[in-house]
Amino acid sequence: MAQILLKNLRKSYDETEAVRGIDLNIEHNEFVVLVGPSGCGKTTTLRMIAGLEEITGGEIFIGDRLINDVPPKDRDIAMVFQNYALYPHMTVEQNMSFGLRLRKVANAEIARRVNHAADILSIGELLARRPKQLSGGQRQRVAMGRAIVRNPEAFLFDEPLSNLDAKLRVQMRTEIKKIHRRVQTTVVYVTHDQVEAMTLADRIVVMNNGIIEQVGSPQEMYEAPQTRFVAGFIGSPAMNFIPCRIVQSGSGLAVRLSEDISLNLPDEQANRYRAYLDKDMVFGIRPEHMTEQRQHTNEQQLDFGCVVEVLEPMGIDTMVFVEINGVDVTARAAPRSVSNLGEEMMFTIDMNNMHLIDPKTDRVV
Amino acid sequence: MNAMVGETYFRRLLVFYIPLFLFVFVMLFPFFWMLITSLKTDAELYNPRLSPFIVREPTLEHWENLFGTTLFVEWAINTLWVAIASTAVSLFAGVLAGYAMSRLVFRGSTMFGIMIFITYLVPPTLLFIPLTGVVTWMGLQDTTLSLIFTYPTFLVPFCTWLLMGYFQTIPKELEECARIDGATRLQAMLKIVIPLAIPGILSAGIFAFTLSWNEFLYALVFIHSPETKTIPVGVTSELIKGDVFFWGSLMAGALLGSVPVAIVYSFFVEHYVSGMTGAVKG
Amino acid sequence: MQTQQSTPAPSLREKIATALEDQRVLGYVLMTPALLLILIFIAYPFVLGVWMSLTDKIVGTPGVFIGLGNYDKLFASDIFLTAAWNTVFFTTVATVFKAVLGMWLAVLLNRKFRFANITRATVLLPFIVPTVLSTLAWLWMFDATFSVFNWTLRWLWQVDISVFGLVLKENWGFFRGPLWLGDPGMAMTSVILVNVWRGLPFFAISFLAALQTIPPDLYDAADIDGATGWKKFWHVTLPLIKPVAIVVIVFSIVVTFADFQLVYILTRGGPNNETHLLATLAYQLGMGSGNIGQGAAVALFMLPLLAVVIVFQLWYLRREGVR
Repeated sequence: MAQILLKNLRKSYDETEAVRGIDLNIEHNEFVVLVGPSGCGKTTTLRMIAGLEEITGGEIFIGDRLINDVPPKDRDIAMVFQNYALYPHMTVEQNMSFGLRLRKVANAEIARRVNHAADILSIGELLARRPKQLSGGQRQRVAMGRAIVRNPEAFLFDEPLSNLDAKLRVQMRTEIKKIHRRVQTTVVYVTHDQVEAMTLADRIVVMNNGIIEQVGSPQEMYEAPQTRFVAGFIGSPAMNFIPCRIVQSGSGLAVRLSEDISLNLPDEQANRYRAYLDKDMVFGIRPEHMTEQRQHTNEQQLDFGCVVEVLEPMGIDTMVFVEINGVDVTARAAPRSVSNLGEEMMFTIDMNNMHLIDPKTDRVV
Repeated sequence: MNAMVGETYFRRLLVFYIPLFLFVFVMLFPFFWMLITSLKTDAELYNPRLSPFIVREPTLEHWENLFGTTLFVEWAINTLWVAIASTAVSLFAGVLAGYAMSRLVFRGSTMFGIMIFITYLVPPTLLFIPLTGVVTWMGLQDTTLSLIFTYPTFLVPFCTWLLMGYFQTIPKELEECARIDGATRLQAMLKIVIPLAIPGILSAGIFAFTLSWNEFLYALVFIHSPETKTIPVGVTSELIKGDVFFWGSLMAGALLGSVPVAIVYSFFVEHYVSGMTGAVKG
Repeated sequence: MQTQQSTPAPSLREKIATALEDQRVLGYVLMTPALLLILIFIAYPFVLGVWMSLTDKIVGTPGVFIGLGNYDKLFASDIFLTAAWNTVFFTTVATVFKAVLGMWLAVLLNRKFRFANITRATVLLPFIVPTVLSTLAWLWMFDATFSVFNWTLRWLWQVDISVFGLVLKENWGFFRGPLWLGDPGMAMTSVILVNVWRGLPFFAISFLAALQTIPPDLYDAADIDGATGWKKFWHVTLPLIKPVAIVVIVFSIVVTFADFQLVYILTRGGPNNETHLLATLAYQLGMGSGNIGQGAAVALFMLPLLAVVIVFQLWYLRREGVR
C-alpha cells in the first residue's frame, strides 16, 4: 500500500500523442477512478503505471520508488483486466496462486492467502474449477481474488465491469466497494462509465484527449465542474447546453436564451458574470434543475413555456424534451405535472445550480 | 449447404451421391492398386490377358522380398528419425520466432516477417544445387544430419507463419497479467502462452512431420549409401534396377511407406487440417 | 531459459535476465535460431546459386566466371525452352483443374450426409502420403504393357453385350489403348492428371474450411430472395471464399511450378526430353551430367515467376490487412 505519483507523464505512438502530460498524486489507500471517453488516454495511463507500456516522458513513483524502468513483475501491483485474463489452462486455485508460486512463497502461506481471499469473495467452492466453467460474475471475482492474494502495493482495474450485464454490473460495483473497505489498499480504476466513477471513487479524474480535465471528489465534479467537457460528462442524463447572451435587466443581469426566454440572474451570479455582459456564452443546466413550474419560485421571473416534443417516463420522474434556441433540452419533471405532447408546458429553472461557459475556452466561469 | 428442402432422391443421387462416389473412388484407387499388386505372383502380374482386378493366388513373396533383401527397415528408421528430429528443430525455431513476431515490438520485425514469408514460398527445387555444395562443405553429405538441418529450411518458415497466426489468437492480457503477477517475459511465454498454444504447435508439428516424411529431392541428392536412405528414395532407387521394376515389392514398399503418415494423420485429422488451412491463411 | 540455469556469477545472470525483459533484446534472441537456419541454408545457398550460375562449374572443378554464358546457352537450347514452356503449361492447366474440381468436391463435402467426417478425411489421403510413392503406383497403372486403364478399355471394347456373361471376344488385343507415357502430348497429360489427383484434396479441404465459415443465414436470406442453387453459388459462396481461394491458388501455383517428383518418377523428362520441367532439367544437368553451373542457372529461372507470385501475395495480404 503506497501512494502513486505521476509527474508530467507522456506517451506517444509514432505520430499520435495518447497521453500529453499528466500530473496526479494518488494517496495511500485512496480509490481513484480515471474516467473519460474511449481514446482519452486513461487506459494508456493505467498501463504505464502497470509497466505494460513504455513511458515516453515524465516519471512514475510508487511509494518513493521511481519505477519508470522497473519491469511489471517488480512493481508490486496487481491488475484486473476487462476480459478478466484468467489463465484458461489453470484451475481457479492455480490462477490465484500463480503469482505467489512465481515468487516462491511457501505452500502453507499460499494456501492460507488463497483461502482468505476466497473467503472475502465467497468463491471457496470454485477453487477446483477452470475459468471456462465459471459465470461472468464468478470470473470477475476470481480475477479480483488473484489480485488480493498478492497483497500488492496497489490495485489497478481496467474497465473490470464492462463485460457484465447491467444488473450484475451494479451488484459487482457494490461488491468492489465493500472489498475495498475490507482490503485497504490504493486503487486506480479505469472506466468510461461516469456512474461507476461517481459511485466508487474517493476522487475522480476526468480525462479527455490525453490530459486531465479535472480532479475532485464525486460531489465536486457534479456541483462544480470546471470545464464544459466535465460538466457534460458527469451526470446522467447529461447537462443541457444552450447558447445564450448575458444582457442588462434593470439593475441586474439576465441570461437571454431566446427571443422569448430571458432569465434573471440572482445577485450573486450577476456580480460574478458582469464581465461577460453582452457576450455570447453557453448556459449549462442539468435536467434535474429544470423542472415543472412550482408556485413558490416565481419571484424572479424564472418561468417560461415550451412545447413538449418527446416524453420519457422513468417512473419517479419523467424526462421532457423541448427545444430552446435550436437546441434539444431535457427537463426532469414530476410525472403528474407533464403536459401532453405538442402542448405548451411551463418550466422553472433553479438558477443557483446553473453554469456559465465561455465558448472560446470551454471553461466554466 | 444442408440437404435442400424438396430435393428429390433421384436428383440427390445424380448431383450428389454419384459425383461424390466417383471422387472418392478416384482418390483411393491407387492405394487399392498398390495393395492388389503387392499380393500377386509375378506370373499373374505380368500376364496381360488376366483380369488385373482379381488376385488369384495371393502371395506375400514381395513383402518377404521387401524385408528380406532390401534395407527397408533401415530406411524406415532413417525416415522416422529424420522426420522427428527435423520437426523438433523446426518447432523450436518456429515457436520462438513466431512468438517474437506476433508479440514483441522490435526494429526489423516487419522485415523479418516478410523474409520468413518469402522463404516460405521458396521451393526446395530452387536451391538444391547450391545446397549440395553447402552440405558437402559442412561435411554432412551422405548423413541423415544433412536432412535434419536442411528440412527446416522449408519447415521453419511454415511453422513460424502458422504459429504467428495461432499466437495472435491468444489474448495479450493473459501474458500481461502474468507479467504483473511476477513473471518475466520468458516465464510468461513458457508458462502461459506456450501451454495455450499447444493445439497450434501440434498442428504445425503434425504437418511438419508429414512434410519431412514425404520429402524426396534433398534426400535423393544428399544421400548415396543405401543404408542411409529414406523410404521415398530407397524404394525408388533400390527397387528399380535400370529398366527392371520389381513391381510387387515396389508397391508393397509404397504402401508401407504411406502407412505411417496415414496413421499419424488419422489420429490428428483435425490438427492436420487446421495446420493445412492455417498454413495458407497465415 | 538462461534465467533458470545456475550461472557461477549471479550478477551476470541478473544482467541477462534484465536484458531479456527488454522486448527488443528478447525479440532478437528469439529470432536467432530461425534466422541462423535461414541464413545458412537459404540465403547463403541462394547467393551461392547465383554465383554458380555465372560459372562453368562442373563436378570436381572450381569453375570459372563466365558471366551470362550459361544463360546464353540455355536460350539457344530447345530442351530448355521446351522445359520452360512445359512448366508454365503444366502449372496453368493443373491449377485450373485443381481449383475447379476442388471447388466441386468441397461443395459436395460441405453437405450433410452420413460418414461425412470419414469421407472428408479419406479424400485427403493423396495429399498426405509421400508423393513419390503414390506416383509409383500411377507409373505402374500407366505401364505400357500392363496398364490397368488399358486393360479396362480393352475389356469394355471386347464385351459382348448380347451375352450377359461378359464374354471376351476372339479378337482380344486388337485395341491397345493409349501409350500413357510414351507419347509427348499424352505423357504431359498423364503428369497433369497425377498432379491434379495429388493436389485436388488440398484445394477441396481448404475450400471446405472456407465454406464452413459462411454463416448459414446468408443462404437462408438468398433462399428468401429467390436465388437458386447456381445463383447462390455464384453470388454468395464464391465472393465469400475468394480471399481463401486466392491464397490457396497462389500457394499451389508455387508448389506446382517447382514440381520435381512427378516428372522424375513418371517420365524422367522423356520421351525425348519433351516433358522436362525446370526442376527436372536442373536436376538432370546439375546432378545427372554434373554440369553444376548450367543446372543452377536453370533452377534460378524459377525465380522471376516466383517473384511475381510473392509480390502479388504480399500486396494482396497487405491490402486485405491480414498482417
